Amino acid sequence: MAYKIIASQCTGCSACEFECPNAAIRMKGDIFVIDPNKCTECEGQFDSPQCAAVCPVPKTCVPA
Amino acid sequence: MAQLIPLGSLGAPTSAETMREALSGGGCSSSSCGSSDGAGDLPPELWDRIKDHPCYSEEAHHYFARMHVAVAPACNIQCNYCNRKYDCANESRPGVVSEKLTPEQALGKVIAVANEVPQFSVLGIAGPGDSAYDWRKTKATFELVSRVIPDVKLCLSSNGLALPDHVDEIAGMNIDHVTLTINMVDPEVGTKIYPWIFHRGKRWTGLDAAKILHERQMESLDLLKARDILVKVNSVMIPGINDEHLIEVNKVVKGKGAFLHNIMPLISDPAHGTHFGLTGQRGPTAMELKALQDRLEDGTKLMRHCRQCRADAVGLLGEDRGQEFNLDLRPEEVVYDPSQRETYREIVAVERGEHVAVRKAASAEVSGLQAGASVLVAVATRGGGRINQHFGHATEFQVYEASAKGVAFIGHRKVEQYCEGGWGEDATLDGVIAALEGVTVVLCAKIGDCPKDSLTAAGIEATDEHAYDWIEAGIAAWYAARYAPAEQLLTA
Ligand code: SF4
Ligand code: SF4
Repeated sequence: MAYKIIASQCTGCSACEFECPNAAIRMKGDIFVIDPNKCTECEGQFDSPQCAAVCPVPKTCVPA
Repeated sequence: MAQLIPLGSLGAPTSAETMREALSGGGCSSSSCGSSDGAGDLPPELWDRIKDHPCYSEEAHHYFARMHVAVAPACNIQCNYCNRKYDCANESRPGVVSEKLTPEQALGKVIAVANEVPQFSVLGIAGPGDSAYDWRKTKATFELVSRVIPDVKLCLSSNGLALPDHVDEIAGMNIDHVTLTINMVDPEVGTKIYPWIFHRGKRWTGLDAAKILHERQMESLDLLKARDILVKVNSVMIPGINDEHLIEVNKVVKGKGAFLHNIMPLISDPAHGTHFGLTGQRGPTAMELKALQDRLEDGTKLMRHCRQCRADAVGLLGEDRGQEFNLDLRPEEVVYDPSQRETYREIVAVERGEHVAVRKAASAEVSGLQAGASVLVAVATRGGGRINQHFGHATEFQVYEASAKGVAFIGHRKVEQYCEGGWGEDATLDGVIAALEGVTVVLCAKIGDCPKDSLTAAGIEATDEHAYDWIEAGIAAWYAARYAPAEQLLTA
């Protein structure tokens, strides 16, 4: 149960890193990646995964 | 881009004398008259707060430079005129930048610029992204820079959605200028501009999104006003969507205390990949923009000299030296040297006194003629308030209106550079002529016979007779020569 970021689509805006309640997202080069061990899909914390809700590029933060 | 830099020698100014010469752009310089009134109808306290701010004071933008650093890339709303993936070095639009900096890298860049560009007076954080939403990075940058350069003015731009959460910190940091982008005061209109917003852990769409955004924007205006922070409002003019509505926006933001309202044209092209670009939504023409600005003239003071600079632009408005400083600078390697900026300020204080006096005299001269004619005059200038640029080197013209009301700056027209390496391309000259729609005369430092003839054929007069004059003085002289004789004949 984790989300992932489609690297080719990420603009590197960092909004997802900012919103992730579990500090699961970090910068890698120019883009961002999700640590599947820390990602909870925001279960119990928010109605929807925060990274997907804030990301400006459609279908970039998606279920792994 | 060297010819765009008004003070040609500023790469490494050596003395006050060099700066003074560079500033006048020619040789002629009469003694200062000492008047300090450039404020028009603004109250003196307000003029005092904005007079060195190139984005707010039309007079200051001839002398002072602002710099934006892109440190806050995260955004909390989606606008139909923005595509966050698009980043092209050939583009000069807000929200489009070529580099993202950490607060520490931004400090290094600011110091490098302050050392090289003595006009530097304002540091702004304007995107891409929202400086109030990505607040931690905005705050860190401002703190680092103010520690090293305490007299720098700080400003930020925001869509207002997250701003109420940080307004006390903003007030505490002595940021006295905030720009809010407000494109509507009616959520129904908002639905056509904003597909979604992210607020309080949730993505909102449609009318809900526009309602929340509108309420937060109004709250931002009230909170900033209550803390005595100056607010400028930017609106993007989108024909058929909010063009008429901006008159209502102007009333509302003025009522809530915004001191400037800046109407920017939508820039739209399918190649940008924005929603509006792809749906074929067009931007307004220069004349449509002016018509709207004219209708708002009695409202909040409009800022007509805004050039939609890039978010990481460096320099006087209109020039973009950002690329020159795209170095990977580490702050520990650059040391701030305040001496050049101090010298520059002393010189500018004198030049501005003279300029302001000349502007007043010119306006009085033109309105005194009672010629009744209202004409648009385009000027080629490299800055410093003078007619000091070769026609073929101009990448934009400053447009002034000379009429019974005097001489007033009304906007600028960008053109493709006509002269590359000394000879002109006809194709581009056509572009220049199109950009000069409605203009009666072009004043420049020099113009060749060939482009002059083409302009004449298009019904546009061009002259270098007023080369190196103060802009307003040159316009007044041209206007007097053109309209006074007829007047005298009548009265004789
Ligand atoms: S789904 Fe939630 S926990 Fe997982 S990376 Fe996205 S924001 Fe973080
Ligand atoms: S929000 Fe989307 S575009 Fe921005 S850094 Fe995260 S994955 Fe990349």
